[in-house]
Parts: sequence; C-alpha cells; structure tokens
Amino acid sequence: MLPLEGPNLGPLLPEHMSEIFVGIALFLVVWYVVQTKVVPVFEKTYAERTEVITGGIEKAEAAQNEAAAALAEYKAQLAWAREEASRIREEAKGQAASIAAEIREQAQAESARMIATAKAQIEAERAQVVHQLRGEVGGLATTLAGRIVGESLEDDERARRSVERFIADLEAQTETESV
Amino acid sequence: MLSLIPLLVPMEGGGGEEHSAWPPGVHSFASRPLWPGVLPDWVNNHALQAVIAAALVIGFWLWMARGQQVVPSKKQFLGEQLYNLLRNTIARDILGHDYRKFLPYLVALFSFIFVNNLFGQFFLFMFPTFSKIGYAYGLALLTFILYNAAGISKYGFGNYLKRMTLPAGVPWPLWFLIIPLEFISNFIARPITLALRLFANLFAGHLVIMVFVVGGGMLLESGVLFYMIAGGASIIFSFAIFALELLVGALQAYIFTVLTAQYVSSAIAEEH
Repeated sequence: MLPLEGPNLGPLLPEHMSEIFVGIALFLVVWYVVQTKVVPVFEKTYAERTEVITGGIEKAEAAQNEAAAALAEYKAQLAWAREEASRIREEAKGQAASIAAEIREQAQAESARMIATAKAQIEAERAQVVHQLRGEVGGLATTLAGRIVGESLEDDERARRSVERFIADLEAQTETESV
Repeated sequence: MLSLIPLLVPMEGGGGEEHSAWPPGVHSFASRPLWPGVLPDWVNNHALQAVIAAALVIGFWLWMARGQQVVPSKKQFLGEQLYNLLRNTIARDILGHDYRKFLPYLVALFSFIFVNNLFGQFFLFMFPTFSKIGYAYGLALLTFILYNAAGISKYGFGNYLKRMTLPAGVPWPLWFLIIPLEFISNFIARPITLALRLFANLFAGHLVIMVFVVGGGMLLESGVLFYMIAGGASIIFSFAIFALELLVGALQAYIFTVLTAQYVSSAIAEEH
C-alpha cells in the first residue's frame, strides 16, 4: 500500500494509484471505439429503418391520395353526366310539349279551315239550289195557278211580282221557323 | 466437491498464504503482480482482467455492429435490444433531445462496468474488478469531468457554477445555507458516492462469497463429519449468493449509468 498522509482509509484507499489510470485508460479506449465504430452504425441502421418505414407509409399515402382524387373525379364526372341527362330530358319534354301544342294548333287551324271551306261550299250549293228551286217553284206555281184560275196569266209583269211576293213570304216563314 | 474449490476460488485457493488467510478481509483483495521484478507492480492480475473486460466489450459491440441490416438478424436483434435499453430507457428518457452526444459514453460505461461485475462470478477470475476502488474512482472521475464539462460548455464557467449552486427562486437569506450545500452535493458528494456505491456493493458481495466459499472449503477439509456437512451446505448456498451477486452487478452497472445520465441532464438542464 502506498503511504498516504492522514487517516487510514482502509479499503477506500486504492492499493495502487495506477488502478485509477488503468481504469480510466481502458474506459477511454472502450468509449472511443463505441463512439466511432458502434453508435454510428446502430444509428445509421435505425435511420435507414425509419426511412424505409416512413418511405413505405408515404408511398401508401400517395397512392391513397391518388385513388381518392380519381374517385372524386369520377364522381364529379358522374354527377355532371346525370345533370346533363336530366337537362336533356327536361329539354326534350319542353320540346315535346311545344311540338304537341304546335301540332294541335295546326290541326285546329286545318280543321277550322276545312270547316270554313265546307260551310262556304254548302252555302254556295244551297244558294244555287234555292235559286233553282225559286225558278222552278215560280214556274210550277204560275202554271198551277193558271190552271186553277183558268185564265192565262198574260200579264207577265203582274204574275212575276205576285210570285216574288209569295216566295218572299215563304222565305220569311222558313226563317222564322228556323229561328 | 473438493476438486471444485480451487476452480471456484483460483485467487483465494491458488494465490498463496496472504490472499487466502482466514478470515477474509481487505487483504483478500490484494492484487498479484503478473511478473514480479520484471514488469512494474501495476501490471497485476486485476489490471489484466480489466483489459480483458475492455477487449470483450469492444469485441462484443464491434461484432454486434457488423453487417447490420434494416431487417435485423437474430444476432442484430439481440444487440439492438441491449442498445435500445441504453439508448431509449437511459439516455433518451433522462437526457431528452440532447442524448445522442452522450450516448456513446453511456453505452461504454454500462458495458464496461457490467462485464467487469460479471467477472465476480466468472470462474477464470472470480473477482469483480470494481471491488478495487481505484477503478471505481477512475470512472467516477470521468463522469465528474463529463457532466461538468457539458455544463460549462453550455453555460460558461461562471454561469454554470451559479446554476449548480443556487437554485432559482431561493430568497437571499437562505443563500448562505443553500450555496455551500448545493456545492457539496453537486461537486463533491456526487462523484464520491458514485464511486463508493459501486465499490462497496461489489466489495461486500465478494466478501460474502469468500466467507461462504473459502469458509465452506475450510470446513470441508477439516475432516470432522459435522463440519464437513456444514461446509457442503455452505458451498451449495454460495450459489444463491452468486445469483444475488449477478443481480447486484447488473444493477450497479445500471445505476452508475443512470446516475451519470442524471448528472449530465441536471448540468445541461434548461430549468434548474
């Protein structure tokens, strides 16, 4: 044991002071090796591992985002298509309605026109028939009256006037009857 | 059983008269020069075992660091478990975001102390290196330098001294009490208790083992039947003590490392 001043420290006094330096020197060597050769390797591995894992996560996230974007796009397209379809449907409905109205109008006009034509024709035929009848009835009535009276109705002027009067009466009668 | 005893206690059994003198005491811890007269006295069996421990630690970590892959092999997994214990549980939890700077020191510290402590139960040596207090002083001194250097480099000498001796918010009449107390606690008690705690645990443990093993061996060789039975029981019981010492050795390595991290953390802490 090295001689040392002061109280006897017993086992607390190193047997050889060299123990302290040997211990320190050995530890420094261990420390140096761990610092330069061990910890960097472990940390590098950890960093790589982290990178691999986070890289994978990022990739998956990117794929997910892409898929979400595609989905959104499809949905938008679908919505647009639906809107377009309904718009077209509405338009078609509107068109159909207007076409129907137009056709109806045309048909009505046509029918009105046809009715008017028919009426005019009927009127014309009727006027013709009336005119013809008037002549014939006049002749017949004169003949009949002549025979009944037994006198020749020579005075054509007079006879024609009385026929006219008769027919006018007749017409007035038919008009009041028809009303 | 008799032939086992020299194997269990090579130092005590084969060391000669001085080391194995009964009862075991401080003399049992004396180092043996490896080659007296030729090499200086400090080249002794305990220095050699410390060198072997350092070589084992270096070899172990280099082996673990070799051929690392992102997906670990079994070997690498084992190494990472141990490394993570030191890195995450001790360094990162205590030191916070600055831990990377001090991590190599803590890894080296734990491994070196741990292997040396295991030598207390390892049959070639049967002696924990840190039951020689010089080695414990050495490491405590390094830790002392480390945490003070860390604090000084961060805050400057005066500022650091102020932070370490005067906690914030102490009213001035208490300064006369607090400053000396904090100084003693942070600069004197810390390194000394660090060294003594490690040393005393291993010293006492080794002493107990010697009592059981050497005493048991002496009883076995006494030739008296009753003593021989007691000696056998003592030898067998010593294995329980060995197990306890394994635990103590691991625990002390852990404590030394945790306290070192703790001291560094308090030296560089933002808030005192």
